[in-house]
Amino acid sequence: MMKLRTFLFILCMAPLSVFSAPAGMELDEAPIDTTDNASLQRGAESFVNYCLTCHAASYMRYNRHRDIGLNEPAVLERLVYTGQKAGDLMLTAMDKKEGEEWFGVLPPDLSVIARSRGADWLYTYLRAFYRDSTTVPGWNNLLFDRAAMPHVLYELQGEQKLVVETVGGEEIESLELVKPGKMTVSEYDHYVADLVNYLVYLGEPHANERKRIGIYVLLFLFGMLALTIALKREYWRDIH
Amino acid sequence: MADSFSIENEMNGRRRFLVAATSVAGGIAGVGIATPFMLSMMPSERAKAAGAPVEVDIEKLEPGMLLMVEWRGRVVWILNRTQEMLATLEALEDQLADPNSEKDQQPDYARNRTRSIKPEILVAVGLCTHLGCSPVFRKDIAPEDLGPDWLGGFFCPCHGSKFDLAGRVYSNLPAPTNMVVPPHTYLTDTRLLVGAESKESA
Amino acid sequence: MSKGLNALKDWIDARFPMTSNWEAHLSKYYAPKNFNFWYYFGSLALLVLVNQILTGIFLTMNYKPDADLAFASVEYIMRDVNYGWLIRYMHSTGASMFFVVVYLHMFRGMLYGSYRKPRELLWLIGMGIFFVLMSLAFTGYILPWGQMSYWGAQVIVSMFGAIPVVGDTLTLVLLGDFNLSDATLNRFFAYHVVTLPLMMIVLVFVHILALHEVGSNNPDGIEIKANKNPETKIPVDGIPFHPYYSVKDIVGVIAFLIVFCTIVFFAPEFGGYFLEHNNFIPANTLQTPDHIAPVWYFTPYYSMLRAVTVNFLWIDAKLWGVILMAAAVVIFAFLPWLDRSPVKSIRYKGPIFKFALTMFVISFFVLGFLGMEAPTPLYTLIAQIFTVVYFAFFLLMPWYSKIDKTKPEPKRVSK
Repeated sequence: MMKLRTFLFILCMAPLSVFSAPAGMELDEAPIDTTDNASLQRGAESFVNYCLTCHAASYMRYNRHRDIGLNEPAVLERLVYTGQKAGDLMLTAMDKKEGEEWFGVLPPDLSVIARSRGADWLYTYLRAFYRDSTTVPGWNNLLFDRAAMPHVLYELQGEQKLVVETVGGEEIESLELVKPGKMTVSEYDHYVADLVNYLVYLGEPHANERKRIGIYVLLFLFGMLALTIALKREYWRDIH
Repeated sequence: MADSFSIENEMNGRRRFLVAATSVAGGIAGVGIATPFMLSMMPSERAKAAGAPVEVDIEKLEPGMLLMVEWRGRVVWILNRTQEMLATLEALEDQLADPNSEKDQQPDYARNRTRSIKPEILVAVGLCTHLGCSPVFRKDIAPEDLGPDWLGGFFCPCHGSKFDLAGRVYSNLPAPTNMVVPPHTYLTDTRLLVGAESKESA
Repeated sequence: MSKGLNALKDWIDARFPMTSNWEAHLSKYYAPKNFNFWYYFGSLALLVLVNQILTGIFLTMNYKPDADLAFASVEYIMRDVNYGWLIRYMHSTGASMFFVVVYLHMFRGMLYGSYRKPRELLWLIGMGIFFVLMSLAFTGYILPWGQMSYWGAQVIVSMFGAIPVVGDTLTLVLLGDFNLSDATLNRFFAYHVVTLPLMMIVLVFVHILALHEVGSNNPDGIEIKANKNPETKIPVDGIPFHPYYSVKDIVGVIAFLIVFCTIVFFAPEFGGYFLEHNNFIPANTLQTPDHIAPVWYFTPYYSMLRAVTVNFLWIDAKLWGVILMAAAVVIFAFLPWLDRSPVKSIRYKGPIFKFALTMFVISFFVLGFLGMEAPTPLYTLIAQIFTVVYFAFFLLMPWYSKIDKTKPEPKRVSK
């Protein structure tokens, strides 16, 4: 029985493992809540405003946003700019070839980006841009060195600069805000949190429904477990 | 040497109850599992999006002309009938199976002689109600193959059913009912929405 | 009513062996009365097989085995198909749970000596099922056409290239192209949905037939058929499978479903172990992910593949890795002849066997863990040590199982 317990223990530990972070940078925990529809709706608007210009979310339909409390007229009014229909996929206006020419790589589809990168990575990444005149876009990122993406939210966050301090022979890199944007640091963090929250929703729109159904399924199964145990005991009274 | 089991308690009251209760619970579980699987076979979100209502501009549709549009992968006819064509509708009524459109083949607002909202504009799913072929629009009067009584209408080449210019079926032919008039509405005088009664309910 | 039913039963029995099969395999199949926890996993494996076949059929209704469309069609299932997400998660969770259940089922066999005479063939058929299961898992993992699908398949297929003489040709036959491509995806789909499931179903059927011929083993490892009631010819320690074990197995099924549904509804990725994060990136033939690891159920063997770093004899390290990996799986098939102990069950085996089995389990978990991690010199060394431990369990068994101090087996099964 010892082995069983060991096995179960390992099974329980498994979910604790998370996305692997690149060496040298701690990820900030993204303060998100995928049941907060107001936050998701703000994130959706930011996504359409800033991300959808270059990135697509080509597995997602606009009318799917009914999950987060936007009915079809609301979707058409708040999210659809390009004259598309409510049932259409969230495609980008940018031509694929042009994208590759402008950025060197095609901006990836963002439908499931939160499932491959994780919320914390995205939250950290979107706050870690700094000015770097040596790169093509003029920006670099502390988390993702030489990212092809420029700092799209620059006018909101402002401009950061890389500061390298040497403490005890070790180089420690950090960022310093040198030119403030339209938002304060805390406002910007909230803004990015809403966006990341939306990206997590976008990765798996059915996640909340899944958990809701799951509770009923488990309640039913526990009831059935009691019933089947009683049945088994009743029959096994024959065995001696 | 005795066996290790004895079926002396076979089917006492408690056992009977537990078997019944477990069977019922198992039945519920079975239905619960089958439901999502069955629902998954219904049209997906993509199919629903592709089947969304279609907007059609009919400003340039001349009297006597037929326009075909696609809605839910099926052909929908939009026919602008001339006054002469409309006059044939009454004349034919004794040859029709359901001249007053009593069977539910159209929305209530099309339950009239012309089977339409505007008298001259017919909107109908262009499929024969027999086995789904698409009938041919025959506006020629009294052609050789259709006989001297033909005043114009739709003829199905598959099995010979005939419909008049309002999509009403002739009696004593294979097709049982009039052609289907889909839900539709006018957004403006010349903009027609096929597939829904309003933009919101789309 | 019951008269009519009886008449129907007689009518069928005159034309089809319905009642006789019911009796032979259920109501008059006598199983030992002392089955414990470990005996649930056989019926659970059957349950998972049914789950995989059922959900698999519904997935094929919407999946597209085309390199350009596969990834998108999986997301289409996840989003646009009604309850497609549920069906897909049931299938992906089922894949991992299949291995959990089968590993525990095999471990039960090792605990109680279920592979010993007269059940050698039963064990070998089971090994066949295990190989087919691994092939199913591998071919199925390619289908989403994500980064891990692509590069995982690349690594596995390259292994076949290590085989001398025929390796290169074999690789071409497997791929159907000069690299891993649409042609490969398309044929792996055919294997995954037609060839392998058919083989699996036949093997499972034969496995159960063989089991019912020799009868079930039990935690005491003694033959209940050796002690029959002289009048009824029923083993005195046997009870009819139905209703006693059918009602017991239902409890196991519900308990299993609670675990299964908890994963499906609350942690379908299972922290990246059941659905790997990198597999949510579409396959990119030009860029390998930073860190690739197979799904957890293959990692013990994967670490052995990586553990060989030296050329030895006339064979290079790459081929040794492949040989070791294959041997690690195939060696289970030799257990019936490696075990020379006079008793079957661990209950009556001596301390050496218990120690050896414990070391085997530890090495399996350690190798499994290492297979998920990026290799470092230390990890490689640990993997080498535990690879030796893993094989020692099998290869030294003829010796230590013979000299081990065993306890006498009882005449009747213990309660």
